[in-house]
Amino acid sequence: MEFVFEWFRTLYQETGINLPFLYDEYDRNRMIDGFFTTIWLSLVCLFFSVIIGIIGAWLQGSAFKWTRRIVNGYIQLFRNTPPLVQLYFFYFAIGTLLPRVENDWGGQSPILGSFAWAAISLSFFAGAFNVEIFRSGIEAVPKSTVEAAEALGFSKLQIYRDITLPLAFRVVLPALNNNLVNLVKTTTLAYAIAVPEMLYEANQIWSDNVNVTEMMFFLLLAYFVLVGVLVGGMNRWERAMKIPGYGG
Amino acid sequence: MSWTPADPMVSLKNVHKSFGDLKVLNGVSLDVMKGDVICIIGPSGSGKSTLIRCVNALNDIQQGSILVEGQEVNDPKLDKLELRKKVGMVFQQYNLFPHKTALQNVMMAPIRVLKQDKAQAEETARGLIKKVRLEGKENAYPGELSGGQQQRVAIARSLAMRPDVILFDEVTAALDPETVGEVLQTIKDLAEDGMTCILVTHEMAFAREVADHIYFTDRGVIVEHGPPETFFQNAQDPRTKEFLSQIL
Repeated sequence: MEFVFEWFRTLYQETGINLPFLYDEYDRNRMIDGFFTTIWLSLVCLFFSVIIGIIGAWLQGSAFKWTRRIVNGYIQLFRNTPPLVQLYFFYFAIGTLLPRVENDWGGQSPILGSFAWAAISLSFFAGAFNVEIFRSGIEAVPKSTVEAAEALGFSKLQIYRDITLPLAFRVVLPALNNNLVNLVKTTTLAYAIAVPEMLYEANQIWSDNVNVTEMMFFLLLAYFVLVGVLVGGMNRWERAMKIPGYGG
Repeated sequence: MSWTPADPMVSLKNVHKSFGDLKVLNGVSLDVMKGDVICIIGPSGSGKSTLIRCVNALNDIQQGSILVEGQEVNDPKLDKLELRKKVGMVFQQYNLFPHKTALQNVMMAPIRVLKQDKAQAEETARGLIKKVRLEGKENAYPGELSGGQQQRVAIARSLAMRPDVILFDEVTAALDPETVGEVLQTIKDLAEDGMTCILVTHEMAFAREVADHIYFTDRGVIVEHGPPETFFQNAQDPRTKEFLSQIL
């Protein structure tokens, strides 16, 4: 490993191509932290946005008019506003309205930090799209299949969990994957409220080393690989979920 | 006044049902005793399917009474689970769960609805699959089975709930001619085992062979009914005569 690091140091000395996060331990650790923060933020948001999508789609089928209205209002609000504005709104508007807590040094800290607000904001943002995606899948499940489950005595919740959702999931996977890919890329917005994710750490590094061009090349490649891995995983999942003899 | 096996298992009295302005059932009354096999025949749109769908509350009725083992179905406080444990249903389009194997389709309701343990449910399910002559197809998905095979899985799925009466809604209407026979044979086996069956069918020869009683419906009323011999050879009503002359 040390050999590789030294090679990049020499590369810098000989050509001026400066990739300090490869030969400098301090910058390397910043980049690794940023990478894992991006991964962690993505996973948290993926998880909660899918949960929001599933619950929202279930509530959209509710018999109560107001439940449906609230869900639709939520979708409109989060789909029709820019995610960066949402992020600022959560962090600066909601965040400052909440009570503060005493921190370890006796000072006052917000109850939720920037990472938590980014996770909340981006989950709601992607969740709004997921509700619509899941709804389209639920509508694609034949009514007669649901009826068969009803006739067997399944409860509404059992039908949703055991029949509707598994079938809807297969229908929506391509659309869901698209949205989740977008979500991972949108985590870079967390940069704006100083969440130390990959873009933010890269910014720290280029500020210290004045190597903007190299860092931009690196960032583009890093996200390309990261999202590529995600897409590959999703495609495998799609294939694994395929039912023999069902739907082409 | 509680129900005893000497009373009709299913008893319809003056049942009225309309979809919007369209009157589908116009005062239907009929009784089915335990172990009876009754066939409902009649032209398309005469309300046959609606009639049996009302028996297990897949459709509600506007007026009249439907008693299943003494339980009133036309009741806003109806315990649907209790009703559906007693009444099984087999559909024209089979309506199997496409993401579950034949065996899982049969096991699912007993596990989820009757809370049977998995091993017991599986043993019963394997027995039922054997009974409908589908040994070796336990792990096939519905999409890998022919229509006739799917319909027999659907019958096994219904039987797994140990219903007291099974409703068959034109169960051979969507099948290839060569697979109709295997499904009818399965139903005949059930009838011979003493299962109470209500069938909506266009298979006149079959109706004649297995039914204890034939009902002829037209425009939402029962025009004529009787044991098969009398019904087919000695129909009285002109509408019945016309219908029979067209199809026999």
